[in-house]
Amino acid sequence: MSFWKTLAPILLLTTCLPILAYARNNSSNSNGDTKENKRTRQGGERQSDGERKFAQNCGRCHNPPEGFSPFISGTIVRHMRVRAALSKQDEEDILHFLNP
Amino acid sequence: MWTFPKFLVRANGLTSAALLVVAFATFAAKCTPAQNTPLISGGAEFLTNTKGGSTSYIATVQPLIAAPLGPHLLVEGRAAFLQDFYPKGAGQTGYGRLHFSALTYLQLNYLAGSHLTVVAGEFLTPFGTYNERQTPIWISNFQDAPLIFNLGVGTGSSVGGMLRGSAISTPKFSIDYAAYYSAASSNPSFHSRHAWGGRASVYIPQKRLEFGTSYARLTNKTAAIDIGAHLWWEPENIPIKLRSEYARGAHSQGYWVETDYRFTRSVGADTVLGRVEPVVRWQQTFRNSPSSTDGLPSADTQRVDGGLDFHLPHEVRINTSYSRQLSSTGNTNIWETGIVYRFLFPTWRGK
Repeated sequence: MSFWKTLAPILLLTTCLPILAYARNNSSNSNGDTKENKRTRQGGERQSDGERKFAQNCGRCHNPPEGFSPFISGTIVRHMRVRAALSKQDEEDILHFLNP
Repeated sequence: MWTFPKFLVRANGLTSAALLVVAFATFAAKCTPAQNTPLISGGAEFLTNTKGGSTSYIATVQPLIAAPLGPHLLVEGRAAFLQDFYPKGAGQTGYGRLHFSALTYLQLNYLAGSHLTVVAGEFLTPFGTYNERQTPIWISNFQDAPLIFNLGVGTGSSVGGMLRGSAISTPKFSIDYAAYYSAASSNPSFHSRHAWGGRASVYIPQKRLEFGTSYARLTNKTAAIDIGAHLWWEPENIPIKLRSEYARGAHSQGYWVETDYRFTRSVGADTVLGRVEPVVRWQQTFRNSPSSTDGLPSADTQRVDGGLDFHLPHEVRINTSYSRQLSSTGNTNIWETGIVYRFLFPTWRGK
């Protein structure tokens, strides 16, 4: 079997999966979504700077750990500052999120 | 020319490095706040690899230690310990055993300013994205590195100095950079090539889009230039991650594209579907001229990897994958199944 014959079904699968997931997300979001609900949710789910930066920078490469000791939160963030090229401000925001 | 102290060489580089890190960590414990307690992190893995009908069993432990020293310094190092049980082949029955242990990197980071970190020691060569971000066994989706892995990074580590950091960081975009110089070293624990180079990346957080370029100039015997480019896209509303890299060396070039899916946000993290992560990677290499040292296949090669990772509770993950590699030198099927545990804990209880 040629390379492209092997690749074709995989490409098809990789295209369809995110579309299906996106459609599912959209349909669940549209169910019973009043303006009041939306406002409440947006307020409740508004991410802090630290949480947003954690998701954008740390989550780019790996899943967050299930938990860790507060004694090492500073070490983790300093390690990430070097590894992910974070600025000092990013480091402080993420540390505040991990250790408020 | 600077050489390693004789007592360090005699005592085995890896052991000496471990002693140095422990000494630094002990010192760090006395002068840093509680949340800066030194940590041990990393992964442990058991993997089976069936290639061309032969099955190998590989156990790996990859620990990392990070120890802050005061407000501006961080010592970090990573090692790998591997046991490979492989079929002897060539008419012989039974299994052979290969033991491998090595220091992957050991570096001292000085946080010189908000946008600059100075690194000295042995560090992961900043070229592309895979070497610095995906080589920890608990992060990578596939056990095998991409075919173009060696372009730009060689053995993966450099010995010398590096400047790196975030040049600009705004809510709309950020630019990060890394520039290094590496001396040639033939020490078994600190092996590196004489080279210099760097990487620059732009990240747009609202689009979750990152693109960048890399450069490496090798100056050992004949000057050679490796260049690379990468593109990562991880949209917020679609549970897909798209990662890709291209690299070109003096004798070969190639690319890889990897996608993976997590349905955590749409179905929940604790459901069966939420724990499953299908991953696909396709890659091609092109041989321009023969070279026995660049680490790429000797002929044009195409490969597709398909895998299914399953995230269990307590930081355990099961990885399965099937790869089909096509080349004029022969086609190969590769089956891999592994179980990976990620650990992360303080070296001791903080004050």
